[in-house]
Amino acid sequence: MTQERIRHLLGIDDINRETAERLLDLAESFLEVSRRPVRKVPALRGKTIINVFFEASTRTRTSFELAGKRLSADVVNIGGSSSSTSKGETLRDTVNTLDAMHADVIVIRHAASGAAHYVARYARAGVVNAGDGMHEHPTQALLDSFTIRQRKGHDFRGMKVAICGDIAHSRVARSNALLLRMLGADVALAGPRTLLPTAVDSMGCRVYDRLEPALDGADVVMMLRIQRERLGAPLLPALREYARFFGLNAARLKLAKPDAIVMHPGPMNRGVEISEEIADGSHSVILNQVEAGVAVRMAVLYLAASEPGAPTDG
Amino acid sequence: MRTLLDPESVARGLRRMAGEIVERHAGASDLVLVAIRRGGIAVAGALHHWLGQLEPHSPPLGSLDITLYRDDASTALPNPRIGPSQIPCSLDGRHVILVDDVLYTGRTVRAAIDALMDYGRPRLIELAVLVDRNGRELPIQANYALKTETLNSDERIDVFENSGGIYAVVQPKSSPTIPPGALRPEVP
Repeated sequence: MTQERIRHLLGIDDINRETAERLLDLAESFLEVSRRPVRKVPALRGKTIINVFFEASTRTRTSFELAGKRLSADVVNIGGSSSSTSKGETLRDTVNTLDAMHADVIVIRHAASGAAHYVARYARAGVVNAGDGMHEHPTQALLDSFTIRQRKGHDFRGMKVAICGDIAHSRVARSNALLLRMLGADVALAGPRTLLPTAVDSMGCRVYDRLEPALDGADVVMMLRIQRERLGAPLLPALREYARFFGLNAARLKLAKPDAIVMHPGPMNRGVEISEEIADGSHSVILNQVEAGVAVRMAVLYLAASEPGAPTDG
Repeated sequence: MRTLLDPESVARGLRRMAGEIVERHAGASDLVLVAIRRGGIAVAGALHHWLGQLEPHSPPLGSLDITLYRDDASTALPNPRIGPSQIPCSLDGRHVILVDDVLYTGRTVRAAIDALMDYGRPRLIELAVLVDRNGRELPIQANYALKTETLNSDERIDVFENSGGIYAVVQPKSSPTIPPGALRPEVP
């Protein structure tokens, strides 16, 4: 019955199904905390959580900050431009500095794939990956599965999930595909051929270079943000063309099941990967994802910051 | 293992306790019953039943998970099972009866009081338990108890529910605990 504590959460690749389900179960009790009159529990009183975001982020950073605060931890945020990194400090030195301040958990977002693993190797603190380059974004995948569970039940077997857009550059797509496959879902990836990763076959998913076959009969449609910074490059000629062939609109959504849900990790490009009417429509669970984000991150931080010991009775 | 309370005496005792509660609170209109998970759930359910027999409107029944409020919340639990807390109404101005199976160190009750305060400001809080045993580590006492028992520190009280009802047994602390959700033994 006793299990190892989760010290680091670096990627879906590093956890097993049991741990994933345990986190999702735990998140359910934390969802209740966010809906009470006093949205705070004293569980992590006296613990210190440091959010280090070397990349811009609103919802993930805010979500981690609120999660920590609702557990009564002391939360400190460090941004890329305001940090010593801009003065030339190495990541290794930054980690050592934070460790010396007795941080219990370091939450890190970094543009380099593998940054969180690197930090975990040197840090005494627990490390949570909040997105590393094109590699993984495990808490996003967990909150997406949490949102799906709430709408579609706990059994993912036979559930058809379509993940659409820039698969190649998306850590959200990667973490989601790994987790959904682990939980037993049938995952289809769809995007322009230039935006599909080269080793896509190894992910155990169906792969299409058009949107329609992926949407066919889907229970869940997950749209990815088209990263404007990649625009103009040979990979992606024009937004209008992308919207025409790979944007989700009412006509295309008709291919999915009538009760399909539509998800988006945000921030959205309205009128590009998702039309206005779908983003605000009855199928959209995009704001539920945001609420789930705080609950899931509370569960992750709670397990990462707790120390093992003997429970007492009372 | 010896039986401390058999199902019959628990049923009789809880009925008497319900009467006492109604008398002290002049009816049940301001009352809210809150079970401390998981041990208090069965006891609160039975108490709720008897209150319903006595009063036309039985009071709201809720449950509270105190894991996150424990004084060892961040050190104790390698595998926390945090259940949902369900508080069915506002607690402002209400008379809250906290219900648990055994009052022992008092730490659980301390945590439960803290948790309750985050749901509102009750007019008063009382504590009802099946067994009040020695070993308090905090200045906390029960307002209602079916049985007061002095045990050795190496003994433990387990409360079970089976088809015959709720019962309490004393066993050595070293004996294995029954995991949550497992079948309760059909004794006595």
